[in-house]
Amino acid sequence: MKYIDEFRDGDTARLLAGLIHKEVSPDRNYRLMEFCGGHTHAIFRFGIVDLMPENVRFVHGPGCPVCVLPAGRIEAAIRLAESSDIILCTYADLMRVPAGKKDSLHKARARGADIRMIYSATDALAIAQANPERQVVFFAIGFETTTPPTAAVIRIAAAMALTNFTVFCNHVLTPPAMAHILASGEASIDGILGPSHVSTIIGSQAYADCCAQYRMPLVIAGFEPVDVIQSTLLLIRQINEGIHRVENQYTRAVSASGNRKAKALMDEIFELRPRFEWRGLGELPDSALAIRHTYAAFDAEKRFHMAPVTTTDIKGCICPAVLRGVSNPDECKLFGTVCTPEEPKGACMVSSEGACAAYYSYGRFRAEVTS
Amino acid sequence: MCLAVPARVEALDEATAMAVVSLDGIRKEVSTQLLEQVAIGDYVLIHVGFALERIDPVEAAKTLALFAELRAMDGNA
Ligand code: SF4
Repeated sequence: MKYIDEFRDGDTARLLAGLIHKEVSPDRNYRLMEFCGGHTHAIFRFGIVDLMPENVRFVHGPGCPVCVLPAGRIEAAIRLAESSDIILCTYADLMRVPAGKKDSLHKARARGADIRMIYSATDALAIAQANPERQVVFFAIGFETTTPPTAAVIRIAAAMALTNFTVFCNHVLTPPAMAHILASGEASIDGILGPSHVSTIIGSQAYADCCAQYRMPLVIAGFEPVDVIQSTLLLIRQINEGIHRVENQYTRAVSASGNRKAKALMDEIFELRPRFEWRGLGELPDSALAIRHTYAAFDAEKRFHMAPVTTTDIKGCICPAVLRGVSNPDECKLFGTVCTPEEPKGACMVSSEGACAAYYSYGRFRAEVTS
Repeated sequence: MCLAVPARVEALDEATAMAVVSLDGIRKEVSTQLLEQVAIGDYVLIHVGFALERIDPVEAAKTLALFAELRAMDGNA
């Protein structure tokens, strides 16, 4: 396929990896955080880890939307779906994420709640139109990539004056999470592989402050393996030169200012939440979005007076440390034994973008993939 | 979840801001309302039923030219 195959070319990947081997300095380590779970997945799926020198390490970041959503938000959605006669629509990734007390949306559906998986945000709108006598709630999650589609459907619903459609908004922002990780210094990283499609929306400039403040090299990287390897090379060059700037490898889809139309739409519909709880990162100020007062009629939290719910994650699950780049999944005692993709105990094992799922699915077969 | 895949625009309906795109031979309807401009034949990144952005063919060609140069240098080595 065009724009995919060229960026999966094995010869190019090997040549770029060869340059990395040539250019790394043997007497230091390079700890590179791939912020986004899509990159974690690519790094494992394409065996990129095995093409790297020993001293180049990938540290997995928090960029997995279902992983950073605290169980309490899922629990709140389950309570809403079970207490009233609503239709809850959600993206497939969320269905099996553990909520409190070993529950999940999947299990709630089996108990009889009307929970529907959707592919597109517009599907939720279509369900609302097809069921005018019922309330339809769209359980929206995701980073800036997924936010503009949610904004678009809220605006359409407003234009159609729909009275049975609301959104349970859980959209979060990348730059504050990145700043938090850098400010804490816990993960001790030397450079960041910046997100692909979040950056398509927010633009490369969005990271400038954060990188300058923490003197952190950052390269925005495409999702294909050659993109990731080239971006790694660019990061290593910055580190070797002792410089730190925002560089853009993914120029075919990311500009300096991003998608202006999408940003304007997000700004029209959403405002900053003063605080939002993230799994792993804790409560971060100005790190998530809420629906603006003008569109309050489409805010499920307001319409259904949803109360905040706090629950605890399963004992032994180290997802929070994994999401901060402090621990690796194989350091978790439950990994691969009690916790597997078939019986996930934590969010990082459910989503295909979660670091635990990537370790489990590809870790054991890495040798075969690269040979 | 942030995965977005490149697909070619096959048909456009400006009134509804919808497009038909083809993704490895499969045709899909997506919304184009997040795009400032789009034309038939463009490649766009598809995410949850929306086109997020056009792929810039000039920038893509520049990146690929760099890779070609790298392979040529290797061939001469
Ligand atoms: S392996 Fe399972 S239990 Fe352990 S950190 Fe990962 S998701 Fe949590």
